[in-house]
Amino acid sequence: MRYLTDRKRANGKGAAHTGTEHHWAMMVSSVGLAFLVPAFVIAFGRGLGGTHAEVLAFFSRPFIAILTGLTLVASMRHFAKGAQTMIEDYSQGTTRKALIIGAISLSWAVTATGLFALAKIAL
Amino acid sequence: MAESNRVIRPLSPHLQVYRPQLTSITSILTRITGNGLIVGTMLIVWWLAAAAAGPEAFATADAVLTSWFGDIVLFLSLWAAAYHYLAGLRHLIWDSGHGLDIPTAEKLGWGVVIGSVVLTVLAVIVI
Repeated sequence: MRYLTDRKRANGKGAAHTGTEHHWAMMVSSVGLAFLVPAFVIAFGRGLGGTHAEVLAFFSRPFIAILTGLTLVASMRHFAKGAQTMIEDYSQGTTRKALIIGAISLSWAVTATGLFALAKIAL
Repeated sequence: MAESNRVIRPLSPHLQVYRPQLTSITSILTRITGNGLIVGTMLIVWWLAAAAAGPEAFATADAVLTSWFGDIVLFLSLWAAAYHYLAGLRHLIWDSGHGLDIPTAEKLGWGVVIGSVVLTVLAVIVI
């Protein structure tokens, strides 16, 4: 007879074998994006359709550049974790690992490319 | 495992005999729109990178984004963003422990579907 508390029996038995960090990270980034995305959608809508010079001038504005950078970083962190959840639901083993690595790499590649472009335009 | 208490849990849906419901359809659409948004994001980042690279690269990317193909992808992305946005708010409501009974969940589901169309139309008018 082992004397274990209910908490101890349940520990590590969840599908993820870890705590709620993943879910909490999704909640935090989703609240951040709830403020960022509407502003970015309007800003991008205004920026699209201009000439090359107009687009460069638009994204050089500090507010627009910071808004775009923040939206990009927050949304790609949110995407990486969300895509990981989807992959974990539908695949197993090495395929799962490869797909998760791929999704995280893609999200960082998109982030780095976007931030480099913003830095080059705005600075 | 004598000490583990057996409890009756809800079974996972078996897709071949599963009747789709508003709640299940709105749930899977949340996943599809969220992951699908990577397409629009990559298109926009490519366009930004092209603007940074120079006039010729920008001309190519801008032609794609303002073509009918770009219009369709960006319009679908706009709807996907609106849908995922409202569905995300619904998840935050659920996470706070509210709205989990079926009548409220169905109302929230219609709210997400209709709201996403309204937001998309509004955004198109504003932009």
